[in-house]
Amino acid sequence: MSDDAPVETIESVSGTGIPVRGNDIDTDQIIPARFMKVVTFDGLGEFAFFDQRFTGEDEPKDHPFNEERFQEANVLVVNANFGCGSSREHAPQALQRWGIDAIVGESFAEIFAGNCLALGIPTVTASTEEIGALQAYVEENPDAEIEIDVERELVTYGSGDEEKAVNADVASAQHKALVEGVWDTTALMKANETAVRETANSLPYMESDD
Amino acid sequence: MSEGTLYDKVWDRHAVTELPTGQTQLFVGLHLIHEVTSPQAFGMLKERDLEVAYPERTHATVDHIVPTADQSRPYGDDSAEEMMRELEENVREAGIEFDSPDTGDQGIVHVIGPEQGITQPGMTIVCGDSHTSTHGAFGALAFGIGTSQIRDVLATGTVAMEKQKVRKIQVTGELGPGVTAKDIVLTIIRRLGTEGGVGYVYEYAGEAIESLGMEGRMSICNMSIEGGARAGYVNPDETTYEWLAETDAFEDDPERFDRLKPYWELVRSDEDAEYDDVVTIDGSEIEPTVTWGTTPGQGIGISEPIPKPEELPADKQDTARRAQEHMRVSPGETMAGYGIDVAFLGSCTNARLPDLRAAAEIVRGREVDPDVRGLVVPGSQRVQQAAEEEGLADVFREAGFEWRNAGCSMCLGMNEDQLEGDQASASSSNRNFVGRQGSKDGRTVLMSPEMVAAAAITGEVTDVRELEEVVSA
Ligand code: SF4
Repeated sequence: MSDDAPVETIESVSGTGIPVRGNDIDTDQIIPARFMKVVTFDGLGEFAFFDQRFTGEDEPKDHPFNEERFQEANVLVVNANFGCGSSREHAPQALQRWGIDAIVGESFAEIFAGNCLALGIPTVTASTEEIGALQAYVEENPDAEIEIDVERELVTYGSGDEEKAVNADVASAQHKALVEGVWDTTALMKANETAVRETANSLPYMESDD
Repeated sequence: MSEGTLYDKVWDRHAVTELPTGQTQLFVGLHLIHEVTSPQAFGMLKERDLEVAYPERTHATVDHIVPTADQSRPYGDDSAEEMMRELEENVREAGIEFDSPDTGDQGIVHVIGPEQGITQPGMTIVCGDSHTSTHGAFGALAFGIGTSQIRDVLATGTVAMEKQKVRKIQVTGELGPGVTAKDIVLTIIRRLGTEGGVGYVYEYAGEAIESLGMEGRMSICNMSIEGGARAGYVNPDETTYEWLAETDAFEDDPERFDRLKPYWELVRSDEDAEYDDVVTIDGSEIEPTVTWGTTPGQGIGISEPIPKPEELPADKQDTARRAQEHMRVSPGETMAGYGIDVAFLGSCTNARLPDLRAAAEIVRGREVDPDVRGLVVPGSQRVQQAAEEEGLADVFREAGFEWRNAGCSMCLGMNEDQLEGDQASASSSNRNFVGRQGSKDGRTVLMSPEMVAAAAITGEVTDVRELEEVVSA
């Protein structure tokens, strides 16, 4: 690994939760395209879910991201096919810059999950029932701590007798990447330059290139 | 796991090594970049003092923010100008070929690659854009990537990926009159769901696919991602080779064509290839298809009733209810007669020459409804020029359409072409998400270019087969 590569492991994330309900929430909803006319990701946080949060006249609407009690939350709890649509990394960037460190949901669109991983945001899945229960819990206990244990693939919340540990799924490459801190693929792959060149040279279309 | 498919073969030939994450490091044969998703990646590269490893395998264009009316510089929109400058500087520093608007080669990234012949069978192709799946029409393994992966590709010429499963989608039979590639793909997504393809690559096969031209195949592969599949492809065949032979890459170098053709033949899926799943769809049963909701999976045949949410699978009911409310449609009705304000003929799904030709046939001698704004936005400057030379531009203009310059335009509303308020649009693009076309109250109905043309004329969603003369054509 090159020395300037950050090696950081993410074995678990804990904090308070915020529920955003609905299936098929696409990246156009997470960050509308008009806010992507930027050459850096700085400042994208305030535009997360913008059109769901504000009317055409910029009046705030009902949305968890507008609610006072969720302002400190860092664990987003969503439903199925979250992040479908475009490949824009602006979507997880906006969520991360708003304060989200981990996302728990029924399922995620692939490119979105990959983009999250590149930023070190775990995307953890659980069953529809478990997610529904977690959303309801978070709704009622906005200040209660939730723990996403990436390593053991568990989501725990509640206390005392009420404590729940939910089996969650972390895709195997994501698991390895986060737990072993190898999510900086640039450094990993840069180290294989010679092998890359060999593969390239074996391809007929490379050889016949001018 | 699949075996002997084009996906397996191209994957194996591009695999460099297995990474500690369990992912495969895959060599990238072609990296396409544009102004929206690349600047941050170049920024990260600079932060780490890395250079572009394979500038000669990288190709740039500008499409999302480019104005489609007045393109004089500086652009009227400051942020668009800033993005353009950033791109110009990045490609200059790295020595990357750039089809800027003054070259005559500019256009939507998924239109220019194929038309110049830089998209080829058996290649791995990536771009920071989910519709990169389009290039799979040529038998390439092409998929969209995020910005951090763009950084990876710029810095290393490779990308880290997990191998996926392969689902063969066989579309049998012959398409009826007025039915197009767009209707096929809307039907596939409707059938398999917007997340049905997650974890899969789609191989499109069967007579109905094989008898399509390259443009139709591109329309289908383009929307693979709308069905959740990151990549989709069609095995290369004579139709593919004929197209390639006429492109810049091979026109003046037939020997190179002859040298590469055996490789293209070789990567085709074997007759006895193994698939993880096979789905068959009867092409002769497909109708002109439109969407009634706010995901591309919410489609129906033009004569079919809009479904009742409670009759849909449980996990689709809530989305359907919200979609019907947003679109202001009622279950039981058909989409025919749904009033529209804008007709948008454009995007990387359907703005190539045959798309414009087919739409022009319907428009010829007719007029756009006085209450409708009709826009035609060619997919590239080359398409634009060819359409002008063929007289298509005049046909559209005479009918009352705006004939604009090449770009993404109202497909996503990042430039000045946007829906206003709660306008409804008949659109040949690929996404009907809320807010997609620039207004969060806007309503998008996806359909084929022919159906967009018909809707423009009548001012409402219309079965193209019912427009006189078109039926006999
Ligand atoms: S035309 Fe639309 S879908 Fe295609 S690249 Fe442009 S914005 Fe994306």
